[in-house]
Amino acid sequence: MVSETDSGSENVIEISGLKYRRGEKLIFDRLNINILRGKVTAIMGPSGTGKTTLLRIMTGQVLPDRGRIIVDGRNIMRLTAEQLFELRKEMGFLFQSGALFTDNSVYENVAFPLREHTKLPESLIRQVVLIKLQAVGLRGAWNLMPTELSGGMSRRVALARAIALDPKIIFYDEPFTGLDPISMGVIVRLIRQLNDSLGLTSIIVSHDVEEVSSVSDHSYLISEGKVVAYGTPQELEENKSAWVRQFMKGLSDGPVPFHYPAPDLAKQLFAGEQE
Amino acid sequence: MISLLREMYYIILGFLEGFGACWLFLFRLLRYTPSALLRWRLVFQQIYSVGAMSLVLIIVAGLFVGMVLGLESYNLLARFAATSAVGSGIALSLYRELGPVITALLFAGRAGTALTSEIGLMRATEQLAGMEMMAVDPVRRIVVPRFIAGAISVPLLTVIFCTIGILGGYLLSVMHLGVDEGAFWSQMRVNVDLVEDVIESTVIKGIVFGGAISLLAVYEGFYAQPTAEGVSNATTRTVVNSALAVLVLDYILTSAFFHGA
Amino acid sequence: MRQTRTIEISTGAFIILGFMALVFLATKTTNIQTYGDHGGYTVSASFNNIGGLKPRASVTIAGVAVGRVLAIKLDPKNFNAVVTLQIYGSYQQIPDDSTASILTSGILGEQYIGLDPGGSDTFLKNGSTIQYTQSALVLEKLIGQFFSKATAPGAK
Repeated sequence: MVSETDSGSENVIEISGLKYRRGEKLIFDRLNINILRGKVTAIMGPSGTGKTTLLRIMTGQVLPDRGRIIVDGRNIMRLTAEQLFELRKEMGFLFQSGALFTDNSVYENVAFPLREHTKLPESLIRQVVLIKLQAVGLRGAWNLMPTELSGGMSRRVALARAIALDPKIIFYDEPFTGLDPISMGVIVRLIRQLNDSLGLTSIIVSHDVEEVSSVSDHSYLISEGKVVAYGTPQELEENKSAWVRQFMKGLSDGPVPFHYPAPDLAKQLFAGEQE
Repeated sequence: MISLLREMYYIILGFLEGFGACWLFLFRLLRYTPSALLRWRLVFQQIYSVGAMSLVLIIVAGLFVGMVLGLESYNLLARFAATSAVGSGIALSLYRELGPVITALLFAGRAGTALTSEIGLMRATEQLAGMEMMAVDPVRRIVVPRFIAGAISVPLLTVIFCTIGILGGYLLSVMHLGVDEGAFWSQMRVNVDLVEDVIESTVIKGIVFGGAISLLAVYEGFYAQPTAEGVSNATTRTVVNSALAVLVLDYILTSAFFHGA
Repeated sequence: MRQTRTIEISTGAFIILGFMALVFLATKTTNIQTYGDHGGYTVSASFNNIGGLKPRASVTIAGVAVGRVLAIKLDPKNFNAVVTLQIYGSYQQIPDDSTASILTSGILGEQYIGLDPGGSDTFLKNGSTIQYTQSALVLEKLIGQFFSKATAPGAK
């Protein structure tokens, strides 16, 4: 059993016995997940399984009903608001929409965390911002406004902002959704590159099987609030479970049926009245 | 019949819930105010966008209201053969009621809606959540400066409104209708009390209205549903609730400060 | 960020404008004069009926303001209204047998105190009491007087 103060362990994040209910629906049912340090871990599953909620729980934005969540040796549920904020300074979070500040330029956006949390002089901030933009390949766009950026570009700027304070852990919420193939390739490359060169631990939530498989070290497959499968992309590819196969291969019919539950077709068509 | 009562019950409950939540939010904002004032640049920026930018509207409105007051006061006082008191009539109407209330309503429409939609949009595009993830408290950084700016700007705008109004009334009654200039100012001086009419009415009402409108505007924006429809509804609520709040507070303040004859 | 200077200047101008407007209103359009302490001395006068007299009302001689009403209290022994007046320091030579009357100014009638100087050689000073007073005219009593005079001959 890893002690709560042991932060040199292999697991950067340990979730055990997670239970979360929203209204009537049980979203997570005794979920156990371990995120290994320094690796890219993916969390996959169909839409609506609560993958984004899981990210929010890991970062303390949402509190579960029950469970133990240890992030970098600290129990999230026991932290005060200040301690939580301190912890967040070591995390980067990439939102699906980028969430850039629309009134500020690219430069201002990336400089924001530096200005708020450090007392660095402007000259040093400038250097850091340019280096971070360089890492994502957008140093030349430093002066543009978010409205002038394409989807892929704004996500890259958001990424530069997320790594501005050199975090230890970085979370990606559906990073591939809605991008053209080239932009997707760029993001895939960046995730891998940043993870390895900056010694990060990366956690990706996505349902883009192909992209995820090309970049992750380990993946969790979640459905109905439980872990259905876990392993390297290779292992998942070879998984025998019908459900896993349907998901990984993108088959239109299988354990998750094509037809939404409905009464017998003949009955409904020829009944005349409304059923 | 029962369902009507039940409807009313839920409406009242909903109102109380929102009302209480608003007050809690206010206490939170007030707690953060001292530290926010240290970041005066942020506050200044907001004073500019809600206050200075509303100036033209307030000046034009003040001028016309003043002129109308000149006409109406003259009209009324002429029936008592007391047109020399026109100055007092204009000043008292402006300082006590029309100044604070009209300025507040105009402000709610122009700046209140801007605040709500700005913050609501930041909520909808996850900019507020993004800030939280970067360990920056969006309430401190975004909401409090805007609240302070509104509370400061409204009394200033009210006073400017009244000044322009007096000038408008002067133009109308002295220059146009021929009221004696000396009587205009001297009668006014005698009848307008510094404490009762200016400080209690204009300034204090201005501060209270400004605080109320700013609170409602930032509250609705902050807790808006993160969709286009949500933001639009929140903006509408800001205007409606601000207007009602101003009128109710106006009654409360006026009766609290009522000195009687 | 280049706009920051413009913003700061405009905001500063706006705030200054606001305060200037407040100062204008306060000094040019109100009775701020009456709040000043012009220095002076305090005297009192007793009235049967003060009518609508209020604190900070004017005290005049021949129409010129020489002081103001500070406070109005009820004497619990003889049930008269005791009015405390402040006379401005520049008027040290008001005879102590002057009469204080409560008069009405204009039609919409603010009431004030008018002093009618007497002939005494001694003057009012701090703490003096004005002996001769004329209470406010109360409309109902006037009408009552008028009617009683009208009907009196019949009653005789």
